[in-house]
Amino acid sequence: MSLLTPRTNPSKLMQWAAPPLAILATLLTATVLFYALNKPPLQAFYVFFIEPLETENGWSELALKASPLILIAQGLALGFRARIYNIGAEGQLLMGAICASGVAIYTDGMDGDWILPLMVLAGAIGGGLWGALPAWLKTRFNAEETLTTLMLTYVAVQLLAWLVSGPWRDPGGSNFPQSIMFSEPALFNALFEGLRINSSVIITLLAVPLLWLFVKRSFLAYQLAVGGQAPSAARYAGFSAQRTVWISLVVSGVTAGIAGAAEAAGPVGQLTLSLSPGYGFAAIIVAWVGRLHPIGIVFSGLLMALIYIGGEAAQVSMQLPSAVSWLFQGMLLFFLLGADAFVDYRLKRRKPFVIKEAQA
Amino acid sequence: MIEHLIPVLIGTLAAATPLIFAGLGELVTEKSGVINLGVEGMMLIGAVAGFGAALHWGLFAGFVAGALAGALAALPFALLTLSLGANQAASGLALTIFGSGLSAFVGQYLVSESLPGLQPWPIPGLSAIPVLGPIFFNQTVVVYLSYAAAIFVTWVLAKTRWGLVLRAVGESPEAAHTIGYPVTSIRYAAVCFGGAMAGIAGAYLSTVYTPLWVQNMTAGRGWIAVALVVFATWKPLRLLLGAYLFGGMTILQLHAQGLGVDLPSQLLSAIPYVATIVVLVLISRDRALLQLNLPASLGKPFIPGG
Repeated sequence: MSLLTPRTNPSKLMQWAAPPLAILATLLTATVLFYALNKPPLQAFYVFFIEPLETENGWSELALKASPLILIAQGLALGFRARIYNIGAEGQLLMGAICASGVAIYTDGMDGDWILPLMVLAGAIGGGLWGALPAWLKTRFNAEETLTTLMLTYVAVQLLAWLVSGPWRDPGGSNFPQSIMFSEPALFNALFEGLRINSSVIITLLAVPLLWLFVKRSFLAYQLAVGGQAPSAARYAGFSAQRTVWISLVVSGVTAGIAGAAEAAGPVGQLTLSLSPGYGFAAIIVAWVGRLHPIGIVFSGLLMALIYIGGEAAQVSMQLPSAVSWLFQGMLLFFLLGADAFVDYRLKRRKPFVIKEAQA
Repeated sequence: MIEHLIPVLIGTLAAATPLIFAGLGELVTEKSGVINLGVEGMMLIGAVAGFGAALHWGLFAGFVAGALAGALAALPFALLTLSLGANQAASGLALTIFGSGLSAFVGQYLVSESLPGLQPWPIPGLSAIPVLGPIFFNQTVVVYLSYAAAIFVTWVLAKTRWGLVLRAVGESPEAAHTIGYPVTSIRYAAVCFGGAMAGIAGAYLSTVYTPLWVQNMTAGRGWIAVALVVFATWKPLRLLLGAYLFGGMTILQLHAQGLGVDLPSQLLSAIPYVATIVVLVLISRDRALLQLNLPASLGKPFIPGG
């Protein structure tokens, strides 16, 4: 029944070849899909992957979408390495956006350089707390973090829905469920004239080398990784499993919260129900496709951002449903997990035929 | 008082039905030692397939299509985790993301369509019992099937050879393999059963409960079903109770305003999710209880000869 047999050593080659192979398999499946939908595949690929990068505006949009994905995925990867599966980054992002927006709404009309940093801080705290809650539930009550983080995401969505349709609704916004537009001091300023890209991407640019240093150089990150790969060895060495849970969930909560603050104070500019196009979920795939590696995540984040933008473009110019982006994201993760099997296993070869001994 | 409560309880049973189907499916999957976090995705695929089929060929076809689509959706997960030894948590998550994408993609052609739904079918005699009759025996056929499914799964797991083998595979795949049971095939069957049940749950939502297709209409019910399995400590009849508890939460939120609870509707909508967390905490804090009931090989890949 089984097609696989274990390798004596994990294949280094497959470790790095798996993501490109998964991307290739996704593209092949996409080709079939486009054919089935009567859309010329070459044109579709052009719209998806080339056209968005032909203009300055396209690159600006790419950076704008990649920035939250990369930031969140960096935080998630830290936990995933320790086998702490925070799948509620979407909720932590929303809590970050809510807290940051709270600052913006209550300081509306004031001026000062402190408002924006305070918003980012509030976002970090909001996301961090939303990550700390499942950490507490896990360490104190042994409750599975996969389920609690996800349930808290639904709670955050409802909280957001209540705020934007109740206490924080823009009184002049003709009943739309959205807050006031933030004023100048509560917004990240544009980096280039005429483009949407803003200074919030600098946070991601700073976070990547910092996290890379942390992962490569710190004893704490080493403890986290050992806790994930060899829990009994970690216990024997006296590394605290509880601390691993706390750090994994709080750090990923903080990064998601900051990303949420940057969305509210960046391209969105207000608190709305549709603040995040599922960045928190997509970041899970980004982390995995990026091999949970700080640099790998940068590349996979850019790719995933391109799928988002391409999906939007394909919707406009080729009448493809926007859900096609999610479909590709899910497929990409499927194929990657499949390709990953060949890191530790190889295909079983048929038993060689034994040629009849030609003695006689 | 009781006459106010009866409509609430009738609604509770209807709201609990998708949780029962999806939860029983996941329970059987987990009994075989596999945890599938893709229930939400399989439910969505079942919902969209069921709705589309019911639109063209009627309600019965809708449920068959939902079950088939759910089982099919479980196959890539089974292939990854059972034949390729992939991480079960990640593969389940991929299935959920894929399922919400695929269903939204297919469903674009189905928005704005609607179905007539299904009328309750009172069971002669039983439905005349005071109080209990209208609650339990004046429901749609699907609700009756959910009782039957719970009893059937309980019986199969506890009393039949199939159930014994399934549990053996979940407790110790090595031992089951040594005795000569095809562990991987049995797990494939369990995972596909879980998918079919999730698909039925989804089809119920889109063809009977709502009855229309809305993107991401399961709204976390698949995840609640996964949580219910833990809450039930892997016992089907306890799962039934848990599902009614959660069905009650969902319905209470609709009736809360009428009962004089003055909270905004969005915050009431958060109640089932908060309740899930509370219930998980209450069960999980008793580590010994969990250890005792948890299928011993849950979540661990098993590759024969590997």
